Amino acid sequence: MSTQTLYLIFFGGLFPLMFLGYILGRQKAIVMRSQGIKMHSQPDQYGWFSALYTGLPIIMIGVCGVFLYLFGFRAIPASLLVAASLGVGALSLALLIKSIKASTKARDLVEDLINGMLIGASLVSVLTTFGILLSIIFEALQFFKMQSFFNFLFGLEWAPDTAFLEGAGRADAHAAEAKFGAVPIFAGTFYITVIAMFVAIPVGLLSAIFMSEYASSKVRAQVKPFLEILAGIPTVVYGFFAALTVAPLVVKVCNFVGLEAQYQNALSSGIVMGIMIIPFISSLSDDVISSVPQSMRNGAYALGMNQAETIRFVVLPSAMPGIIASMLLAVSRALGETMIVVMAAGLRPNLTLNPLEDMTTVTVKIVEALTGDQEFNNPLTLSAFALGLVLFVVTLVINIISVSTIRSFHRKYKVSTL
Amino acid sequence: MTMENGFIQHALHAQEQDSTQESIKVQVKNLNLFYGEKQALNSINMDIYTKKITALIGPSGCGKSTFLRCINRMNDLVPSCRVEGYIGVDGHDIYDKEIDVVAVRKRVGMVFQQPNPFPKSIYENIAYAPIMHDIVKKGKECDALVERALRGANLWDEVKDKLKDPGTALSGGQQQRLCIARAIAVEPDVILMDEPTSALDPISTEKIENLMLDLKKNYTIIIVTHNMQQAARIADYTAFFHMGNLIEYSDAKTLFVNPKEKKTEDYITGRFG
Amino acid sequence: MPNDKNYFYIPQIKKRNQKATLFKATTLLAIIFSISFLIFFLVDIVRAGYPAFTQTYIQMDVNINEEVVENPYSALKGKNLKIASRAWLRDLPNLIKENPSWMNTTQTLWVLANSEVDQYVKGKESRTHERERVYVDELRADGKVERKFNTIFMTTGDSKIPENSGIYASIVGTVLTIIVTMVIAFPIGVMTAIYLEEFAPDNRWTQVVEVNINNLAAIPSILFGLLGLAIFINFFGVPRSSPLVGGMTLALMCLPVIIVSSKAALKSVPSSIRQAGFGLGLTKWQIVRDHVLPLAMPGIMTGSIISIAHALGETAPLIIVGMIAFVPDAATSFTDASTVLPAQIFTWAGMPEKAYLERTAAGIMVLLVVLLSLNAVAVYLRRKFERKW
Repeated sequence: MSTQTLYLIFFGGLFPLMFLGYILGRQKAIVMRSQGIKMHSQPDQYGWFSALYTGLPIIMIGVCGVFLYLFGFRAIPASLLVAASLGVGALSLALLIKSIKASTKARDLVEDLINGMLIGASLVSVLTTFGILLSIIFEALQFFKMQSFFNFLFGLEWAPDTAFLEGAGRADAHAAEAKFGAVPIFAGTFYITVIAMFVAIPVGLLSAIFMSEYASSKVRAQVKPFLEILAGIPTVVYGFFAALTVAPLVVKVCNFVGLEAQYQNALSSGIVMGIMIIPFISSLSDDVISSVPQSMRNGAYALGMNQAETIRFVVLPSAMPGIIASMLLAVSRALGETMIVVMAAGLRPNLTLNPLEDMTTVTVKIVEALTGDQEFNNPLTLSAFALGLVLFVVTLVINIISVSTIRSFHRKYKVSTL
Repeated sequence: MTMENGFIQHALHAQEQDSTQESIKVQVKNLNLFYGEKQALNSINMDIYTKKITALIGPSGCGKSTFLRCINRMNDLVPSCRVEGYIGVDGHDIYDKEIDVVAVRKRVGMVFQQPNPFPKSIYENIAYAPIMHDIVKKGKECDALVERALRGANLWDEVKDKLKDPGTALSGGQQQRLCIARAIAVEPDVILMDEPTSALDPISTEKIENLMLDLKKNYTIIIVTHNMQQAARIADYTAFFHMGNLIEYSDAKTLFVNPKEKKTEDYITGRFG
Repeated sequence: MPNDKNYFYIPQIKKRNQKATLFKATTLLAIIFSISFLIFFLVDIVRAGYPAFTQTYIQMDVNINEEVVENPYSALKGKNLKIASRAWLRDLPNLIKENPSWMNTTQTLWVLANSEVDQYVKGKESRTHERERVYVDELRADGKVERKFNTIFMTTGDSKIPENSGIYASIVGTVLTIIVTMVIAFPIGVMTAIYLEEFAPDNRWTQVVEVNINNLAAIPSILFGLLGLAIFINFFGVPRSSPLVGGMTLALMCLPVIIVSSKAALKSVPSSIRQAGFGLGLTKWQIVRDHVLPLAMPGIMTGSIISIAHALGETAPLIIVGMIAFVPDAATSFTDASTVLPAQIFTWAGMPEKAYLERTAAGIMVLLVVLLSLNAVAVYLRRKFERKW
């Protein structure tokens, strides 16, 4: 029997049984009530009670079966499992209907089940974090079994497929084995992030100051949608723009002033990434600056400072912890940004300070290693998970620091947005 | 300066008592203030005397704080607010179009209900504005000013060893005195105080009250207070506001002991407010 | 006393005010920079993309006979063969089947031009030979060249022949993926929010869950792709490149957005409503189901629409789970290999043929229009149901 027919039979059995449970449970309660017996709950609730507790064992056996199957325990044929689960369901239905008494607390039992389902749902997000962590760590460990951890973190050369280079006739004499020194990749990531921040921090912060301090509410309402659109543009679109408009522009400008730039360069991807992050910084900083209490500003005005002096001497220093935290969040965003660098920064690990050359980043290498044919025993494929682990740890630390800073900042001024 | 006709008689009464040493610092003539369409102050006329403490009392929402904020044009910050009439400091119209609001506020300082030290060191809290206004240059001259201001605010002995500490680390009462020190460092003529002790404990309040009595040797002080005992303790003159009107204005003793108006009497005897 | 202006004199006041004006101007400049970038960007994309909505057709005489059914390339001769689209020719036998009367005649048909000719006609850089350019110019002078509305772009999938490639398959893939995403993320997200906001005791565990959700929201999206690859594909055996695996991966990514916005929506329902419910003897679940949830629904919907917009534009995790496969035909089920619109944009952006450039930009235009309308719907919902308690 194909998997699809099995699913069909499973759900084809599950829902009618549950429906039957609802009808019978409700009917029995109505009959009992009409006999003058004082019931604990409403007839509907008895219906739900029998339906849900009929479905529960079926689903549980089904899920257990799927898991057994995944872990390679396939002694029991799947068709038997489906039949068994439906059989148990039918049995529990019969028992439930029989056991309904005046004292059965159908409502409480139903709500217990619902509460359990809600807890189960809230577990999903926790499981997701653990899923990411475990999947990355597990594969990364595979990688570190083959390659030294120390070399990975501090090695200066990333040459995973020297065989390919040899074929192309570019191999050095000593290029015998693949090298996984990730420093050039980390450096590229860091460098492009720095360029992005050089664009995003001044523009984002100044925009936030304009929006929160100078703009009237009318201007605010008109300008805000523009920033929201900017924030809503998909990163792949930014990447296209970086590669096809900004990069040639950078090359042209560089040629004009006598510099040589490559078509894939760190500068253009950094600039576009910075622009992508502007609305992120400006909206977070806007929140922070707006929550600086007016009394602070009044204190400065009363001393005869003008608005700009007040902003610089009083408002910004007060908001500084929150502003720094939002910048940290922006940094973590830039570190994890993928599409722009994949499309505009290049694939070559290149340890250089020249922003006009191509560079590569952690995310680019992850994408490169995991597209196309993959063998999970190949260190090149697994290197993606090692890089992913570094990315995960770094962004997680940054996020925890900045979120707690922003929270304590808002608590200080008794405003809560996070 | 000649007295105008119809000028508040209670002020005249105060004037008669010791007219020898009284001179007018702030003169308010026919002041109307609107928030949008709503009128918040109705043609206020008032003379405030040099180097005296003038207390403004009245039930909440009576316009006393609004009036106070007119004197250093803090109301300019409220977009819907419109002011008509004349306020003169030493005979100079502060609402004159050619006068920069910054300069007005340098002449007329203000201390707020909540202590609001800047998130900077104690030293910077005081030194920043004087340097900005070019009153002193950075360095020794400025150090001297900071000490003078802190001594003037009776705070020097408590903070002289920790001038680099953040101003926000001080206690509430100390913070408020820091704010006063900050205000006098700019060398104003008039200091406005908007319920400066309402957020403080009784001991800190007493210290601030004593400080005010010291300060009036050099400055003209106008204070808004909801606390009538406080007004009685420290004020030389007291004005009673109600529903945007100046009901009665005279020397403090007269107003508290022998009010002319029924409303004033009702208020100070606690019948409303 | 004369009104002496010097009474209010402050040294350097002019300089200070100038500085203040300068500062304000700088902040204004920052905003103007962002807005003008946006406008420049949109204009650039539209300029690059709008030609893709028309395609060049050339009127030629096509010989139709038995041989053509076998070998469609024999239908055209010489220069005509060079400028016609191979994709159109390959489809010619089908056209003949639909029109049996054409057999053994010479028909004058509007033939789809190949992409290089198309680019030349649109006045762009093109690799056409000089001879063909002259020929096309002659045809143009005779009125035999026309740019018609590009229906191919909207009705086909990816193709190695630029003039035959379209976004239909990727749009179908996107729709299927988003359906999976919402079917998973919406109930789980809303249930989590209900649990955390209404039922959860305020203990350590709840705090852990909340902190975890905040962190999940800030994890780089590509790491969700690693999860999808390692767990969904390698462990659970979900088919690679399928809308199912893509949707499941995106669902986990959307979860924090939906949870946070649903929690905010539930929180904004005043507690008086809950108290009224308790006063009537309802249980907590009954109050939530019948009273709190309906009131919070607009807010929850707004958050969900915004999260759909996020998911629609997301590319990186989908690349990792293989949704950039070359897929010419639209998927028919959730387990078929498929691609999505942003991934299609990514693939085309990397193509060497210039003709893909305008299709990439046109794809971006379609994507942006969809995203902007989703955001507009969200804003509309928020405005309409905004309620001050």
